[in-house]
Amino acid sequence: MLPKETQVLIIGGGATGTGLARDLAIRGVQCILVEQKDINAGASGANHGLLHSGGRYVASDPGSAKECRLEAKLLKGLAPHCIEDTGGLFVAVEGDDEQYVADFPHLCSQSDIPVKELSVQEAREMEPVLSEKLIAAFMLEDASIDPFKLSMENILQAQHLGSTLHCFTKVVRFDKRSHRIQATRLLNTLTGAEFTIEAEQVVNATGAWAGVIADLAGVTIPILFSKGSLLITHNRISDRVINRLRPSSSADILVPGGTVSILGTTSVRIDSLDRIHPTIEEVDAIVEEAAAMIPVLEESRYIRAYAGVRPLVGSKSSGDDRSVSRGFALLDHAEDGVENFTTITGGKLTTYRYMAEKTADMVGSKLGVSKPCLTRTEPLPTTQAGQWTEAGLAPKLWLAHRDPEDILLCECEMVPKSVVDEIIASIHEQKGRSDLNAIGLRSRIGKGACQGTFCGPRVTSYLYDQNQVCPDQCLHHLREFLAGRWKGQHPVLWDRQLIQSELLEAMHCGFFGLELENQP
Amino acid sequence: MPESESITYDLAIIGTGMAGMAAGLFAANRGLSIAQIGGTKEIIFASGLFDLMGVHPAETGHLWQDPWAAIDALVRDLPSHPYARMKKEDIQAAFDEILSSFQEADFNYCRHRNRNANLLTPMGTTKTTYCVPKSMWNGVEALEEKSSCLLIDIRGLKGFSGGLIKDAGKDRWPDLSHHRIVFPGTEHLTEVYAEHLANALILSQNREKLAQVVRPLVKNVRAVGMPAILGLYRPDEVIADLERMIGTAIFEIPTMPPSVSGLRLKEAFERQLRSKGVRYFSRKKVLETNSGIDDDFELGIGGTAVERSVKSKGVILASGRFLGGGLHADRSHIRETVFDLYVRQPEKRTKWHHENFLHPGGHPINCAGLETDDEFRPLGENSRPVFDRLFAVGSILAHQDWKRQKCGAGLAIATAYAAVNAFVRR
Repeated sequence: MLPKETQVLIIGGGATGTGLARDLAIRGVQCILVEQKDINAGASGANHGLLHSGGRYVASDPGSAKECRLEAKLLKGLAPHCIEDTGGLFVAVEGDDEQYVADFPHLCSQSDIPVKELSVQEAREMEPVLSEKLIAAFMLEDASIDPFKLSMENILQAQHLGSTLHCFTKVVRFDKRSHRIQATRLLNTLTGAEFTIEAEQVVNATGAWAGVIADLAGVTIPILFSKGSLLITHNRISDRVINRLRPSSSADILVPGGTVSILGTTSVRIDSLDRIHPTIEEVDAIVEEAAAMIPVLEESRYIRAYAGVRPLVGSKSSGDDRSVSRGFALLDHAEDGVENFTTITGGKLTTYRYMAEKTADMVGSKLGVSKPCLTRTEPLPTTQAGQWTEAGLAPKLWLAHRDPEDILLCECEMVPKSVVDEIIASIHEQKGRSDLNAIGLRSRIGKGACQGTFCGPRVTSYLYDQNQVCPDQCLHHLREFLAGRWKGQHPVLWDRQLIQSELLEAMHCGFFGLELENQP
Repeated sequence: MPESESITYDLAIIGTGMAGMAAGLFAANRGLSIAQIGGTKEIIFASGLFDLMGVHPAETGHLWQDPWAAIDALVRDLPSHPYARMKKEDIQAAFDEILSSFQEADFNYCRHRNRNANLLTPMGTTKTTYCVPKSMWNGVEALEEKSSCLLIDIRGLKGFSGGLIKDAGKDRWPDLSHHRIVFPGTEHLTEVYAEHLANALILSQNREKLAQVVRPLVKNVRAVGMPAILGLYRPDEVIADLERMIGTAIFEIPTMPPSVSGLRLKEAFERQLRSKGVRYFSRKKVLETNSGIDDDFELGIGGTAVERSVKSKGVILASGRFLGGGLHADRSHIRETVFDLYVRQPEKRTKWHHENFLHPGGHPINCAGLETDDEFRPLGENSRPVFDRLFAVGSILAHQDWKRQKCGAGLAIATAYAAVNAFVRR
């Protein structure tokens, strides 16, 4: 097979990689994006989905605070379909640092971040779930953003402009010649096929994996890993984003998204990227800590937990990882002796566009392309395929446009057959594998209360009937799907979700015998 | 003021799942006066299949075709398993009694007395079980003989793909074919429900229409398999009728719960209990317990508030696990919900589950539950029976993992039998 040629090879299909693909494509630069798993499989898909006002960083990192303010404002105008402009509250409760509270409005003003002080009564009227022990409250411009929709729209536009996406594709090695990456050897992990891409420029946008990829090119990036775990509630708890007004700590932020809320996070230093799972200890710590701010969180039903890894670049200092700058690192590896190799890592979801812009500027200048960035002014397109991850959207549309031809495959989240069909079509466009797991990633299937108990087998049967899976793979995919759901579920199994898990196991083990390999 | 009955029942049975219903039948057959209080939701998820004993050790997934030999091995390796407190003859007798009660209710089960039966599930896996509704038995025999069969599925019936079942099982059973039909009268519908189809087949004209659709598809096959929709309550009559019209053996394949076969089971139990004079308080919970006077029990029952009180000489607790509501877990502890009995459990939540859902050993929380003596009387932390005439049966018992060991129905039936007999002896 002949090597594929492209101007830029982007490694990593998270917010930054897909954002970069779009930015370059709009400048007329052809890219191939390779992703070892699927879109947003790393930290881009495992965060709060918070569009920061900047308030969180005014004390610790004013530079980041300003970047957040500027970018959030831009994105609210350019990508409103990915954003729910909820507004945000910053609240302190008895026992919180009163000096920090007193300094807060001044610090916000210094970073030009709009802030309005509220009385405790006003705040509790706006969000009745807030604790009676509230001592201070401020209103800021935080919002919630759907990271999956965002990345999907970015990559879809890049693809329409001629760039290519390869999911489930891993870098095997770089072939270097005279201080350049001549060719990149890749492996399709689904088919086992290897192929080669020759690119003028290679960008490493692999987030926490940046060190691993750089290492393949003989470049060392000092990088620390900070795991953050989050919980998803069964119901939406608040209308607005609620931040704890104190120096960053665990379980400070509750972000609503559609019909659910997301609570987190922790910050746990980890040494390896092999096991990025939330633990029961983290879950308990989050619930107990957050209940001080919102007491109902002690009794709430949690559907699952998940974790992402923050890459912290260039710091070996000990202490709290939150004090390390959340700013991003853009590294030109010409300085390390690899001329056409660039790494972009770190940063925040809120500033993904800015990171992509800066990276595209650097790569563009290396390519001799002088076209300016247009993502600052050009709205992010809206397509159908990216929208089905939004919690609560599918039911709304299903009820509004109820088509007698359409049947619900997922009853918890009300995902009908037509949505699954649409997702199948878009996966085919992206040359992906339209199995249960890919459908799950792109929709709310498996994300509701039943966590796959009923929709898992239903969608399996449906995909089989639509000729989307080869027969030997059906059960394999179902096992894989349930295993993936379980990883997030097992740390939150008590009360009602434990009851659900009992039904799950009764059906899939007691009845189907999925745990048994050999069957008579 | 809660309503109070002046009579004192012999037994109050808490729970209307498999174990509670079985206990009700055994007790009624022995002439006891019974109050049965519904507290479990589990039975609507029942498959209608009765497992006795299938897998041991769970870690290796070793599947036994002889359930009695499997029980021998289980009891030898796990002496605290509830089966270890019973004689095999008694387990046999319990099944004989239950199956003949069902026969009286026109709900027929088949089994190989000393051998497990295998049948297809809607995911194309093969399920090893012990007693199978007669409506599914032709499928068990066809699988044994690997004879040629046609699987028919129905347009719009979710979670049941004949093609998937055929292909997933093709190494084990190559001679399967499949065809999708439109169920007569549902041409205009894209979604159909098993319960509605089963209900439609109560009428003979609908059976005729179905037979007309199926008959032309049946060529050179020994049997035809269909999802379990062949009649709501009397599938054997419906099947006999269809077999006559189509001219070939027919069998049902269980569907995803909640299923028609689960409904039939619930209905057969309820019909039997009512005909035997059991006082049935369905959808009620026991909210208060009092056991002072003469060692009789006084139970306050109701929906959310106590509506009446029921007095009994003995109580059988068949309230199930978490799904049934017999056990409840908060973030750190598992509690028994009616009497707050001692629950044997892993020391903390980190030990409840494995990180791998299909972990071969099963999740430790599944072996949590009540400790009992040989008469199935719950024990306190001091290892003594908490009440003289309180018994616990079914899935609430500790030291068993019915989902992995495939012993759920057997455990329910056998322990209910043992507890009722123990009460009678006392």
